[in-house]
Order: sequence, then structure tokens, then C-alpha cells
Amino acid sequence: MYAFNYNRAETARKAVNLAGKLEDAKFLAGGQTLLPTMKQRLASPGGLIDLSAAADLKGIEMKGRNLVIGAMTRHVDVATSELVKEKIPALADLAGMIGDPAVRNRGTIGGSVANDDPAADYPAACLALNATIITNKRKIPADEFFTGLFETALEDGELIVKISFPLPNKAAYEKFRNPASRYAIVGVFVAKKGKDVRVAVTGAGANGVFRASNFEAALTAKFHVKALEGISAKAEGLNSDIHADAAYRAHLIGVMARRAVAKANAK
Amino acid sequence: MPKVSMTVNGKAVSGNIDSRTLLVQFLRETLRLTGTHVGCDTSQCGCCVVHVNGTAIKSCTTLALSHEGANVTTIEGLAHDGKLHPMQEAFRENHGLQCGFCTPGMIMTAVDIVNRKGNKLDEQTIRHELEGNICRCTGYHNIVKAVAAGAEAMAK
Repeated sequence: MYAFNYNRAETARKAVNLAGKLEDAKFLAGGQTLLPTMKQRLASPGGLIDLSAAADLKGIEMKGRNLVIGAMTRHVDVATSELVKEKIPALADLAGMIGDPAVRNRGTIGGSVANDDPAADYPAACLALNATIITNKRKIPADEFFTGLFETALEDGELIVKISFPLPNKAAYEKFRNPASRYAIVGVFVAKKGKDVRVAVTGAGANGVFRASNFEAALTAKFHVKALEGISAKAEGLNSDIHADAAYRAHLIGVMARRAVAKANAK
Repeated sequence: MPKVSMTVNGKAVSGNIDSRTLLVQFLRETLRLTGTHVGCDTSQCGCCVVHVNGTAIKSCTTLALSHEGANVTTIEGLAHDGKLHPMQEAFRENHGLQCGFCTPGMIMTAVDIVNRKGNKLDEQTIRHELEGNICRCTGYHNIVKAVAAGAEAMAK
């Protein structure tokens, strides 16, 4: 790890002010990705702004008809929250599948979403649930937020403050995990809200998380596993690596989507 | 160099450290508490698990400075008055180790599992909860037995 200046921010406002003053500084959330990346010298920010003491970035609440989760809320808190389990059980389920217990005790929803790892879980939830990412400056719909591999609509110094999830009628997440890293080889989040069905796929796309429109069309007609008969994903544009080639990933999208729909309907 | 202060195993400690210092480096190199190990250094193996404010975390993937004012417990903090903690005793009794390198992390994780899940743990729960701890001797069978026995002993 290269040397950096360490700064602690007790509030979101302080964090944003610091980001405006410091050159080449990054926000440090749970650090479960940023610190390993810095150890490997793949990132070498001149400064870190530690958000772990910023209480105003933590918490889970209902606001109107939306479940709103603070950016510094840790995975363990989402996974075990009675409110999340009642309002969007699929989201609690997803949080409990991230990494391992010690990683879930540090990692945060805001960190995961800002990092936009192409195999991370939360981006799929945001996209399928039609979440809004609320920053210190503006509200960004999930459809416009994830722009590519590790790339988002966030500008320099812009901080995710919270994420707002409209409550779905039905939702579920299924992932086929890499047994070592526990990241998704393929993860599929399905959500039904009114007539609208959204299907988001993580782990598979060469360009990051994406929506599977042919699955969405089939499920909009009938939200049932049978509606997906004969529906498949194309291998073009999917990742190929030692864990799974593109054709296998395409197959897994179908399998995970069917499992997720069955799970969503079972609730 | 910035200063960090925290409570480690009940004692107030502080040190002037490089910003880059990981919590595990602060424990091992500044405080000379070498019971906490570094295995993979990539938050996979769990050898470095310690408790911070009552929750288990991987001390190789967090900065010491992030834990200003925190209450940290390491493997050295479990035994009291020359008597092993029940979970340590259970690992000894059940031979829950081979080379012993992963043992400090295994035990700290095991105590955390009991804190969260109670004293009656079935094998499936233990294996699932231990997924962030790797034993490269692959001595999992006895580790699982040790955790179950230690969990029960902790109730007494």
C-alpha cells in the first residue's frame, strides 16, 4: 500500500467538504474492496476520508412507501433488520449471502454500490427493485447509475448518502457463487411491482450488471416459472474466465432466473 | 505520524503509527500481540479475526486508525487467570487443529458464532458460519466438533 493522508469525517457534510479540499482523495466505507485494492497497488489515492464514524450515513427506515437504507449501513445490519425482512425479504436475503460473516460486519451497501464490481450483489438489487441512489447532490435512478465495469454516474467528490427502494409485490435473489470468493458467477434478482417485472443479472455481463429484457417480457405476461420455458440468455457480451465460460454463464442466467421466480412466488 | 488509541483486551493502549497501518499490524507489531495471525492477507482465510466492539472482523482488511476508541479483543484476551476460555479448552480436548496456524481465527470466529447463535449449534450451522475461515491442513472435522463442544461449555 502506498502512503496516503488519513482523514476522519463524523458527518456526511464534513466528508463532502473534505473531498472538496483534498486532492486525489477517496471515501473509505467498509474498506472490504478498497483496502485490498490499495494493498495490491491497483489504487493509490493520496488521501482517504473514513466514513465509519459518520452516524448520519447509517440506518434503515421507511419513508412513505420506500425502504431507505443509509450508505454506511453494514451488510449484517441489512441481513438481520426486522424492517428489511418484513418489507423486502429478498434484500435481507441478498445481504446475508455477501462474503462471509466477518466481511458482512464491515462491508456497506453504499461502498458496494459505489464500487460497482461486475460480480457484486447489491447492484442487481438496485436495478431490479428500481432503486434511487441519493447522493449529496442529486437523486439518480438505478437505470442511469451503473454505467460499466466499476463505473457509475458518480462525479468526483460525490457521496452516496442513502438508497431508496420502492417496495415490490414479489422479489427474490438467487446466486451461483464462486466458492472461493463468494462473488456471483451469476446472480439474478427478479422483482414484480404492479404489472412491472424487472430482472437484473450480475456476475455475467462483460459490461457489469444489466437487465434481461426477454426474461422481463415473458414474466410480465405471466409471473411464473413456466413463462420462462424456451427463454434463454445469449452468450454474446458475457464474461468468460476459468470459473465459467460465456455459454455456461448464459445457461446459469436461465437457471437462476427460474429459481428466483419460484422463490418469489413461494413467499 | 497520527496517533491511535483503543482498548485491547481490557487495557488502554495507544501508538503513533503510519496511516497505512492495518489493525493486524498494530496488534502484532506495535503491541507485540502475535497471537492474531496473517494468513492470506486478502480477507479470505480468517486467521486474523478479532472482535471489535463485540463483532468479529478480519483485522488484515481494516485500518488501525478506523478503530480509534474501539474495544478490541484478541485471542490473548480470552483466557483468564491462567485458565483457558471454554472454546480454547474445547479445541484442545477435541484436537481441533493440526498445524495450529488458523486456530486463533477459528476460535475468535467460534466465540462470535456462539454470541450470535447461542450454545446449541448443529453441524450445518457451524460449517456454514465458518465459511470465512480456512484451515489448509483441512482439519475441519475436529474443528466443527470443537466448536459444538465449546459452544455448550460456554453456557456453563
